[in-house]
Amino acid sequence: MGEGEGILHICPHVPSYVLRLRGGKTSTQAAGAPLMNEQSRPAIELTGINKAFGAVKANKNVHLRVERGSIHGIVGENGAGKSTLMSILYGFYEADSGEIKVNDQSVRIRSSREAISHGIGMVHQHFMLVDTMSVLDNVMLGAEGGAFLSSGAVQTRAHLAQLARDYGLDVDPQAKVGDLSVGLQQRVEILKALVRGAEILILDEPTAVLTPSEATQLFDMLRVLKSQGKTVILITHKLREIMDVTDQVSVMRRGEMVAHFATHETSTAALADAMVGRKVLLKVDKGESQPGPVLLEAIDLVVKDDFGVVRVHGVSFRVHAGEIVGIAGVAGNGQSELLEALAGIRPIASGSILINGIEVPPEQHNPSAMRAHHVVHVPEDRHKMGLVMAFEAYESAILGFQHDATFGAGALLEPQKMMADLAAKMDIYDIRPPDPRLKTANFSGGNQQKIVLAREIEHNPNVLLVGQPTRGVDIGAIEFIHKKLIAMRDAGKAILLVSVELDEITALSDRIIVMCGGQITGERRPEHTNPQDLGMLMAGVTEVAA
Amino acid sequence: MSAPVNLPKWADIVAIPLLNITLAFIISGLVVLAIGEDPIDATRLMITGSLGSINGLGYTLYYATSFIFAGLAVAVAFKAGLFNIGGDGQAYIGGLGAALIGLNFGFLPAIVVIPLAIVVSLAFGALWALIPAYLQAKRGSHIVITTIMFNALASALMSYLLVNVLRKTGSMDPSTQIFAKSSFLPKLKDLLALFGIHAPETPLNLSLILALVTAYLVWLLIWRTRLGYEIRTVGANPHAAKYGGMSPARITIITMLISGALSAGLASNMLLGDAHRVQLDYTAGFGFVGIAVALMGRAHPVGIILASVLFGMLYQGGAELAFDKPKITRDMIMVIQGLVVLFGGALEGLFRKPLADLLARFSKGAR
Repeated sequence: MGEGEGILHICPHVPSYVLRLRGGKTSTQAAGAPLMNEQSRPAIELTGINKAFGAVKANKNVHLRVERGSIHGIVGENGAGKSTLMSILYGFYEADSGEIKVNDQSVRIRSSREAISHGIGMVHQHFMLVDTMSVLDNVMLGAEGGAFLSSGAVQTRAHLAQLARDYGLDVDPQAKVGDLSVGLQQRVEILKALVRGAEILILDEPTAVLTPSEATQLFDMLRVLKSQGKTVILITHKLREIMDVTDQVSVMRRGEMVAHFATHETSTAALADAMVGRKVLLKVDKGESQPGPVLLEAIDLVVKDDFGVVRVHGVSFRVHAGEIVGIAGVAGNGQSELLEALAGIRPIASGSILINGIEVPPEQHNPSAMRAHHVVHVPEDRHKMGLVMAFEAYESAILGFQHDATFGAGALLEPQKMMADLAAKMDIYDIRPPDPRLKTANFSGGNQQKIVLAREIEHNPNVLLVGQPTRGVDIGAIEFIHKKLIAMRDAGKAILLVSVELDEITALSDRIIVMCGGQITGERRPEHTNPQDLGMLMAGVTEVAA
Repeated sequence: MSAPVNLPKWADIVAIPLLNITLAFIISGLVVLAIGEDPIDATRLMITGSLGSINGLGYTLYYATSFIFAGLAVAVAFKAGLFNIGGDGQAYIGGLGAALIGLNFGFLPAIVVIPLAIVVSLAFGALWALIPAYLQAKRGSHIVITTIMFNALASALMSYLLVNVLRKTGSMDPSTQIFAKSSFLPKLKDLLALFGIHAPETPLNLSLILALVTAYLVWLLIWRTRLGYEIRTVGANPHAAKYGGMSPARITIITMLISGALSAGLASNMLLGDAHRVQLDYTAGFGFVGIAVALMGRAHPVGIILASVLFGMLYQGGAELAFDKPKITRDMIMVIQGLVVLFGGALEGLFRKPLADLLARFSKGAR
């Protein structure tokens, strides 16, 4: 996708709308300013929404009122029902019962087409763009406006130009989407919604793939949209973003809407408590690290991706026993490939990996041999790699250890033994529901992650490779997972942590390595750095260049 | 994007297939009605023809035996995410293996020749599947395309061999000689006679028992062994398989070897058990029926056995029907089979959502 190049696009120019913002909001055109009586009318009003999937009640009697011309945040743990609720609003699912009102009119939304016709637009977490097509083509996709493209293209081009004027949403219509930075791709998604006449914009975890400065730009953009009378619904699990940009915030927990706040009257701590339903520690408690011998060492590692493009350019580092080394960086800068190479999944083009000071010979550079060397791996994407969603949990819970003698004799696997093993782990890791026979896909994100962690950690590793341990994981589980990682560190394990969450990296790591464009751009101790400093390194501004 | 439809297990396994088959038969009935025959009468004829006599039942089960092998072959490959369309060719080449033993090693006692003939036929079937498997695993050539092409290759190769090499001198018939008697699989009639039960002569033979045992072994392999676990992992999520230290290429090859061997089970039933010689196109397309059987049987051995019996009934009952009702030709029977495949396999999801809604309404009413 070319995220690697994306970092070069940071702040290419100061958009005109930012200047306008700085000049004061009053300068926005009068026509776009909402009328007083309209402002009191909600853009969206959901009443008594219920939605069940089988026995799971994803939404229980949910009420939501979103004021027109506001930015409304929705927070909640993973599996709290935010996505289901938004899917209902966008016509992916139909509610079992309840009422949807858009602009005071009761409506039925059965497809995304109907949602769009009611002025609802959605920007998905995973962009729905065709990389090989131009921005213009992508924006037109599904709204070509007739049998011939030319008339539609002229119209769309004019529309884009107007949006660029009104909102400062500049993108070159001829640029190929695959060549754009992630931030610009997201802008294309927003433009797509606006061209279709969206008055209400839903953004699902929009900052997950952005650098801090791209996120800031996005929020500026959202404020401009708001000032023009658009309504924005922002789904996120980052409480800081909620505090930064929203006017109102609603909290969901276990399918229910548990609290509504005016943002300026609440705090991150209060929101976190409401999300989890109890007091949470947002800070990680950990003592000084006691580094021992080097357990994992990489020397001049070069790793290519599936298409033969070099994604890791000669990276060297060491991880000691009793130490957590965090790798920070914007997604797509080689961290994933590095982690997979260390785990033996991805071949290394050159360089070497040392475990316990001994070089891993090429024939042992595979996942099962690395496991035999007590190197375990919590993969970044548990859906794609760490688990088999279609399997029952007890089957997913032996992945990678399917030849372990504990699970059966000879060629046979004994389900009873596998289930007993997972049942014991479910107890220790508080995995809910504690049912080894439940399908893997039916666990929440946090519990799925705990299944992976339990499987890997309980195998008594020396080296722990951990990718995005808390991605899509609820706060309660995050706390647990962080504590577990610290405990592993204190037990003398070497832990390499890859995460795109700077907060997580800073909270857990004893040393932070920053990667950009496949290279290490710097190393910091968490107590001697700050997000701005790390952000610069993540953007590829090395000490030398600066 | 549509929501996944979750159904209780009983509805998934029992109600859905029943609904699908019922609909297939209702539409078949309309077709029969349209050509001016009485569908009730036709149904009665089909059922009595296939189940109404010991003789008919024998034929039904004989066909079912072939379908069990063919269905299992498709199902095993399917578990590894592979669509083996080449069952027919693998069975055809498997027949060559059976013939080589049946024709040349007849001097050995039956207790040796029969297992040897079976094993060699399975090996031939497996090897015929190995080439497409290798091309898929190492070269990325799509297995659907290569196995289809290998059906044509098998057909051409066997035509050549039957006409030019294996044909008995002086015969106009492109087929092998009759195998040695010692290679004949015992007829089930003869086995039953040992227990004092007298049954009429049908092609039904020991292969039925072998097929049922094989079905159990396939279940054991897929759900109870480490290899089966790896096969299912590769099929469900190749990335997870790689992460778990498996080699999808290796599993692809092993699975296709098993699948090819299972296809060659047809040779045991139809050649060693009944025809005792290889004729041109002896498989009669049964390898393809295996696809329908596996689809309908949800790629589960028990489902495959049930679906095989149903297809056996369609074949045997259909033959009787075509015999009694000249207006209903063999082609009509093909139409009915096609409808069963269409509703039982391809449109399998047709009733899922309505049934789920109905159940939801019921459970709501109960609360």
